[in-house]
Amino acid sequence: MSYIIARDLSKTFGAGQAAVKAVSNISFEIASGEFVSIMGESGSGKSTLLGILGAMNAPTSGRLVVDGIDIYGLNVEKQADFRREYLGFVFQGFHLVPYLTVLENVMLPLAVMPLGKKRKQQMASHALSQVGLAEKAFRLPGEISGGEKERTAMARAIVNEPPILLADEPSGNLDSKNSAELMALFEKFNASGMTIIMVTHSMECAAYAKRRMIISDGRLKSDYFPASNAA
Amino acid sequence: MNLSVISTRNLLRRKGKATFILAGLVIGVATTVGILTYVNAVSSDILHKLEQYGANILITPQTESLALGYGGLALGGVSFELEEIRQSDLARLEHIPYAGNIAAVGPVVLGVASVEDTRILMAGIDFSVSHILKPWWQVQGNMPAVGEVLLGADAARVLNLNTGDMLPVKGVLMPVSGVIANTGSQDDALAFVHLEDAQALFNKQGLVSMVEIAALCKDCPIVEMVGYIKEALPDANVMAIAQVVKTRMEMLGHFKRFAYWISAVILFIGGLVVLVTMMGSVRERTSEIGIFRAVGFRRRHIMKIVFLESGMLSLLAGLAGYGLGLAFAFAALVAEADGQSVQIPFSGEMAAGAVFLAIALGLAASIYPAFLAARMDPNDALRAL
Repeated sequence: MSYIIARDLSKTFGAGQAAVKAVSNISFEIASGEFVSIMGESGSGKSTLLGILGAMNAPTSGRLVVDGIDIYGLNVEKQADFRREYLGFVFQGFHLVPYLTVLENVMLPLAVMPLGKKRKQQMASHALSQVGLAEKAFRLPGEISGGEKERTAMARAIVNEPPILLADEPSGNLDSKNSAELMALFEKFNASGMTIIMVTHSMECAAYAKRRMIISDGRLKSDYFPASNAA
Repeated sequence: MNLSVISTRNLLRRKGKATFILAGLVIGVATTVGILTYVNAVSSDILHKLEQYGANILITPQTESLALGYGGLALGGVSFELEEIRQSDLARLEHIPYAGNIAAVGPVVLGVASVEDTRILMAGIDFSVSHILKPWWQVQGNMPAVGEVLLGADAARVLNLNTGDMLPVKGVLMPVSGVIANTGSQDDALAFVHLEDAQALFNKQGLVSMVEIAALCKDCPIVEMVGYIKEALPDANVMAIAQVVKTRMEMLGHFKRFAYWISAVILFIGGLVVLVTMMGSVRERTSEIGIFRAVGFRRRHIMKIVFLESGMLSLLAGLAGYGLGLAFAFAALVAEADGQSVQIPFSGEMAAGAVFLAIALGLAASIYPAFLAARMDPNDALRAL
């Protein structure tokens, strides 16, 4: 049964002659527990599509249904609740809050959840240990390496155990070693049942995904399951 | 980890901006507290004087020249050199309506005498009613007998005389019976003698320069009494000292209103400082807000972060502003006290008001920045990086 259903998603920026169609009539379905990579050239519309899937960028037309919920039928506050309960984000630029420690950054999604301080700390510590960063919990983002920042962002994305992980060029700022380690983590979380949708330029990274979508000029050019995985 | 941790950490990180907001609020609150405290202190001083004088009435000769300051108050025009009131006319006061309310009638003869190279204002008074008319006097020594003199604190200092010394006035040696402790009024500069001694010294037998009257009651019809006295003494000016003080209170009222306006303008400027700084801070934090929204913060959570930050700063500003305002008021009162002790009592009401004012101002000025932050599109905010 499909967990994520995208129907005729389109996104146009601007109006009139200056209008740019970033995403054009894209439809697909993703089952729970899939690992999907979205590939395409710069400006092809893959990040816009990820924003739509992330309940952060309303499509101009089309419909997105996740776990039976019509996402853009929700008001903005309910969309925020959806993000908190269903999604984990890993961004290319880490997007850590510079004045919070690693542990506090990981706890960020829990800050508005009705949980006790101890429980929040336990969940964040567990997430950090899953990405192998437990010993850096009290460092500030400025005091850790790029790979560690990415792993912190990963821990933040999984701390509330969301069913879906969205990643936008997660290895974009990493060397090959750190990139491979990150992909190994993605595989690990996918193996535990997490649905992963990853936008990437990198063939090496895309090879970890079991399904590949190619976007070009805002259109879904191909959607297939590669014969074998790099892992 | 909750929203207050995020707010606190952000304030600690952006110390410059936090200090700027704090300064804007502190200046506004301190100015308001300082002005209110100062005005209240001055008002209570005048009220204290009003209470001291009660419903006292002053009778002076009818003249339009030479202003006389007395008791720290500028009272109407009195000429003690040119015109006098006949002492015998004062008997008419016993027959006016409400005469029973008159506690004391104190005729005063004023004259200037030279003691060696120093000129001194001498006042002949009726010492039998001085305890009613001058209840604040503290005499070191004794009240004078006929032929003796009682010196004000400044007069004794300037003339270098003490109890038991002799004061030579117009060829007469008058023993100093005592010295009045500093009163802060013009009494300090005077030499007091018995009425008849002054009349003899200044050749004013049967005449008085002015008359002080103490009326007994709290609510007696002072205006009507003044009218009756005027009828009894048509050639004299009669005024209630309470009216003089009342006029001062009215002037103070004008000053108070002006001060409130000044405070309001300064508070408004303080609010603008908070508004502009918070706006800048929100714009600087676009990416952070994007992260918060992406991980599931609702709009109200973002607003709460902004309000928590301004609330914490406002609380600090309220406390600091209250303390600083008291210090300003104290410094201003000390500068004007002319050596007298100044006390500003702690006012819980004022402190609570200052904190409430600071928080209300800080939060009000943060409404628009908080609204802007909450309205930020998370996708746009993240792209801003």
